[in-house]
Amino acid sequence: MLSVFVSVVRRDLLLAWRRRSDVLTALGFFLLVTSLFPLGVGPEPDQLSRIAAGVMWVAALLATLLSVQRLFESDEADGTLEQMLLSVEPLAVIVLAKVCAYWLLTGLPLVVIAPLIALQFNLSPDETLIVCATLLIGTPTLSLLGAVGASLTLGLRGGGALIALLVLPLYVPLLIFGAGAVDAWRAGLGVQSHLALLGACLLVAFAVCPLASAAALRIAQD
Amino acid sequence: MTEPAVALIEARALACVRGRARLFSGLDFALAPGELMHVAGANGSGKTSLLRILCGLSEPESGEVRWRGEPARRVSDDWRDGLLYLGHRNAVKDDFTPLENLRASAAIAGETTPEDTLLRALVDIGLGARLDVPARSLSQGQRRRVALARLLADSRSALWILDEPFTALDVRAVATLAGAMSAHLARGGSIIYTTHQPVDIDALRRQTLNLDDFSC
Repeated sequence: MLSVFVSVVRRDLLLAWRRRSDVLTALGFFLLVTSLFPLGVGPEPDQLSRIAAGVMWVAALLATLLSVQRLFESDEADGTLEQMLLSVEPLAVIVLAKVCAYWLLTGLPLVVIAPLIALQFNLSPDETLIVCATLLIGTPTLSLLGAVGASLTLGLRGGGALIALLVLPLYVPLLIFGAGAVDAWRAGLGVQSHLALLGACLLVAFAVCPLASAAALRIAQD
Repeated sequence: MTEPAVALIEARALACVRGRARLFSGLDFALAPGELMHVAGANGSGKTSLLRILCGLSEPESGEVRWRGEPARRVSDDWRDGLLYLGHRNAVKDDFTPLENLRASAAIAGETTPEDTLLRALVDIGLGARLDVPARSLSQGQRRRVALARLLADSRSALWILDEPFTALDVRAVATLAGAMSAHLARGGSIIYTTHQPVDIDALRRQTLNLDDFSC
């Protein structure tokens, strides 16, 4: 079970390495959207640092949504998905491996680049750290939930709009806790509760999403 | 040869509906270990649908598939473990070389095939000179061969289910594949396949299932 997990992660990473432009789309989107805000809202440091966490979180949601719909697309088109369904290994493990690789390629880079964005928004080092921590715990959940949406809309015409309708409502709690952590810290409250709630969301998603996604894929292939 | 007590795979009163069309109904057969079955029928008679039902990718409208005498759904681990399905689509990634493709499909299937077995399979199927080339620059027939190399590397599966395995192949590759199929049958494996090409495959036991006889 572990060996199939490792080989699928390695396979997806290698595939992404061979076609790097696909990976950079989500990151580029995140960078551009967050950079548009200081230009649009105006360069007042107070205002910018107040909206920073929210803007970064919304941009992260949308960047995930933009790229996650392609998670199973190429495997479905070339028949690899059929072979995954027929594998001796549990499909949920293969799905989890794919989501892991996906997060390493699109979620983790957002976390890494976040301090740079925070600079544009005049966030203090402490606030930057909090934003990065929420993104680090939150983006895997975004990927897991997105995978369920991607498998539910696989092969549908207009799947792009549908996945937004399905998944965005589920992203709302993450957005609230994620963006709220910085506000809580500013108000002098601890951020532990926000981080703990994000962690709880991640654990639930980790347990449920691969199974739900696997079930949806089986139905999609019938 | 005596009749084995338990069939490897068995279909009972299978019916298949695609969209609004009823493709076939009341389909029965039993396939023994070491037996070759050719599924024949006109275009659109439901050959691919039948093969997908037999490997568990689709649900039949009614009827059941039995694996080694048990309802296949109940022994689905054993069922999946025992079969190797190659469909119309090759499951070949454009960005991978033939060897990387073969390695990936073996890993996804949950097989731990040694590297030199995979290499030998690729050489045997005639891709020896193109091992380092990404699949995007291979021809249609060569991409098909990458997928079929899995059969040459396989020694575990009891049943091969092959959907149009000979499409796009040249004469030599057809002969290699027919040889691999005969060897699999001689090992006691079974094969269910569809084709519109007349290909000679050595088999002690064979049957033909004509779906036109079961159409509605």
